[in-house]
Amino acid sequence: MIEYIQPEYEAVRNKDLCIKCKACVRQCANEVHIYDKERDMLYADNSKCVNCHRCVTFCPTRALKIVKTDHCFKPSANYTKEVIYDIYRQAETGGVLLSSMGTPKDYPVYWDKILINASQVTNPSIDPLREPMEIKTFLGRKPEKIEYNPDGSLKVEKFPNLELKTPVMFSAMSYGSISENAHICLARAAEELGTFYNTGEGGLHEDLYKYGANTIVQVASGRFGVHAEYLEAGRAIEIKIGQGAKPGIGGHLPGSKIGPEVSRTRMIPMGTDAISPAPHHDIYSIEDLRQLVFGLKEATDYRKPVIVKIAAVHNIAAIASGIARSGADIIAIDGMRGGTGAAPSRIRDNVGIPVELALAAVDSRLREEGIRNNVGIVAGGSVRSSADVVKAIALGADAVYIATPALLALGCHLCRSCHSGKCNWGIATQRPELVKRLDPDVGYKRLVNLVNAWSHEIMEMMGGMGINSVEALRGNRLMLRGIGLSQKELDILGIRHAGE
Amino acid sequence: MDEVEQMLTEVAEKNREGNIRIPSGCAVCGYFSKKGRALPAIDAVDAMSYMHDRSNGLGGGFAGYGIYPDFPDHYAFHIFYDNERAREEAENFLQIRFDISNMERIPTRKVYGISGAPLIWRYFGRLQPEIEAHTELDEEEYVCQSVIHINTKIKGAYVFSSGKNMGVFKGVGFPEDVGEYYRLGDYKGYCWTAHGRYPTNTPGWWGGAHPFNILNYTIVHNGEISSYDANRRFMEIYGYKCTLLTDTEVITYIIDYLHRKRGLTLPDVAKVIAPPFWSQIERMDAPEREKLTTLRNMYASLLITGPFSIILGYTGGMMALNDRLKLRSMVAAEKGDVTYVSSEECAIRSICPEPDRIWSPAGGEPVIAELENREGGGR
Repeated sequence: MIEYIQPEYEAVRNKDLCIKCKACVRQCANEVHIYDKERDMLYADNSKCVNCHRCVTFCPTRALKIVKTDHCFKPSANYTKEVIYDIYRQAETGGVLLSSMGTPKDYPVYWDKILINASQVTNPSIDPLREPMEIKTFLGRKPEKIEYNPDGSLKVEKFPNLELKTPVMFSAMSYGSISENAHICLARAAEELGTFYNTGEGGLHEDLYKYGANTIVQVASGRFGVHAEYLEAGRAIEIKIGQGAKPGIGGHLPGSKIGPEVSRTRMIPMGTDAISPAPHHDIYSIEDLRQLVFGLKEATDYRKPVIVKIAAVHNIAAIASGIARSGADIIAIDGMRGGTGAAPSRIRDNVGIPVELALAAVDSRLREEGIRNNVGIVAGGSVRSSADVVKAIALGADAVYIATPALLALGCHLCRSCHSGKCNWGIATQRPELVKRLDPDVGYKRLVNLVNAWSHEIMEMMGGMGINSVEALRGNRLMLRGIGLSQKELDILGIRHAGE
Repeated sequence: MDEVEQMLTEVAEKNREGNIRIPSGCAVCGYFSKKGRALPAIDAVDAMSYMHDRSNGLGGGFAGYGIYPDFPDHYAFHIFYDNERAREEAENFLQIRFDISNMERIPTRKVYGISGAPLIWRYFGRLQPEIEAHTELDEEEYVCQSVIHINTKIKGAYVFSSGKNMGVFKGVGFPEDVGEYYRLGDYKGYCWTAHGRYPTNTPGWWGGAHPFNILNYTIVHNGEISSYDANRRFMEIYGYKCTLLTDTEVITYIIDYLHRKRGLTLPDVAKVIAPPFWSQIERMDAPEREKLTTLRNMYASLLITGPFSIILGYTGGMMALNDRLKLRSMVAAEKGDVTYVSSEECAIRSICPEPDRIWSPAGGEPVIAELENREGGGR
């Protein structure tokens, strides 16, 4: 059969440097590098290269690099190479196109069009190296009424809250979509950082129950791995309604990733595809959500906050308003640029809205309706740096979820091929020989480093604004200015333009 | 200033409070007699003159408590009007709702350095019984909403004082000139607070001067809070409209909300707006730790960061408070039954040369003085 699709990347080998050690051959699970014994030479099958840099990183003589091919079509701004190749692929297979990680399309990144304030003269900036700088955050519902007991102590209704030492949490990535070692890294890092990681919809491996105090257990439409001990194991429960990368659809973990451990954890037969349905089949409306929220609360004796995670879609403000009245303690908003282990390309690249607009709209709406204190708000779906965190909090988030940066910290090179299950970095794979490449002792430390670095930067930026407590940054939109944004965009974000 | 004069001195309205946010530095001062003795207002005027350089002539004001013994149970409304039309409209609004016992122009004298004054009137009124019977709000809340209504809906009218047996006197100018202008030599009260303003914009609007007041609460404030928008947006959830975009306004609303509406004690209010650090809270005894954790979590958005020193006046009491890092100066002193607070020690020494005790309160540590024999309400 004629192969219409040509390699997108080329592994270029500098023959002067190559010592033929064959490390590249051993490292590449995609079998790009091939050693020809007869000719005593190494060459590359570029059609298999996903540009993950594993070979480049492990080449002891730096003889390798990956370049984007200059093989080209007649230039067209409309029918680009990507468009043409997608059509070839579908003509060949008749299938839905799949992709992984966040959309590569050129949608506006509002974080990069928002600028942060700093103090000058009229009030002092605060130096976090010399003064206390507080970033501890509580996530959850706040009581409305307060009274005094006769002894002077406070009488308030208590709602379960999550206490975060830093306003950054690891968002849901299921065991199955990522490896056990990746999960161990996240769990250990969350514990050391005093924050939380999220099981995703794949259940929780028994070996990780010991990190329960820093674990959010997810209940998704497939209900994989959900049972009483699982709910009890976590510190909070998240109902996953939607995901930013694929709003409106469920999940699909291919049978090839379902080995014995994943099978046991998910409570499904080995080798079968794990398909979570698009909706929860017990939630067809907002009043059904309320029943599930309280069902989970009943099951855990009202000791654990319930998070409802939704994808950022057009009518997000109204949806969030409904959730805030459903008994949920926290709303997690996942923006369209967020990552995924596998999603239909057309959905990932075309459905949903950016998290910045969704977050601003939700925070404003909940305040207008006087119910902002009913819920905590977590923003996720492409939070890439500490500056994004600061902007998200100033727009109104209590905390953020990060996933792609966490994977990058573990060695991911964003080759966007997770769905193939052949992750050379041992992250998005279940093959034992690949999984062991990710050393939990090293990986967890890198996660801790990343979040600590961000925390320091958050403190520096807060100090610059003259703010020494993250509470005072939350929803403090006056600390933000837009740059190059239309009046409509500024109105939705609730910020002014730079210079105003 | 009437409408003819106004045409001559057209203030660039777009640059006045409410349209833009104006940071300002300031001087504050206050004193309080725990025995409820009537202290002269003129001391506050004198004290402020010693801190002349902390103001720049764009705002000064005073608040006195116990100053209207003839009308102790009447709401005393002090109102600025830009024109007669605004006055007519506001008076109509008031007369429908209040039995007005007395209305007059507030006595003033011509002072060099004070110009551009609006029409300044005061009214003593009680809520009409039939209004009280029919409203779903309690009386104070009804009065509060009436004030907010006038200030936001009646163009050119601004209620700058609305408590009982207390009053605010403020304007554009140096505080000592404003005191002279309002003939404060004629007033006495058990508590006085004062303010001199150093705003960073040029036009001055009389309503933008301090003290800021709602019902019996008055605030004078020195500082620029960095948490402003977080605080403002939280208060707006509870129906407060921050129309002036000033720190003082939002701080007043926070205290009104926590103290009057939620019933927190003032020491606890201080713990909400200038709480100890988590590292300090963790070292406290369990009950205190529990309490502070609850307050900080519950009212996280009411924590105020950035420099401030404020003096809160309320019926029967006065509270001074610094931000938790003490980024603004504030000194307190006691002499006999009188408690003094001020931005600078010199102001206190000018009116009380030999205090029994003088100290610099720590950040977040409130200085509270209250009447020993509390009659006439107030919490």
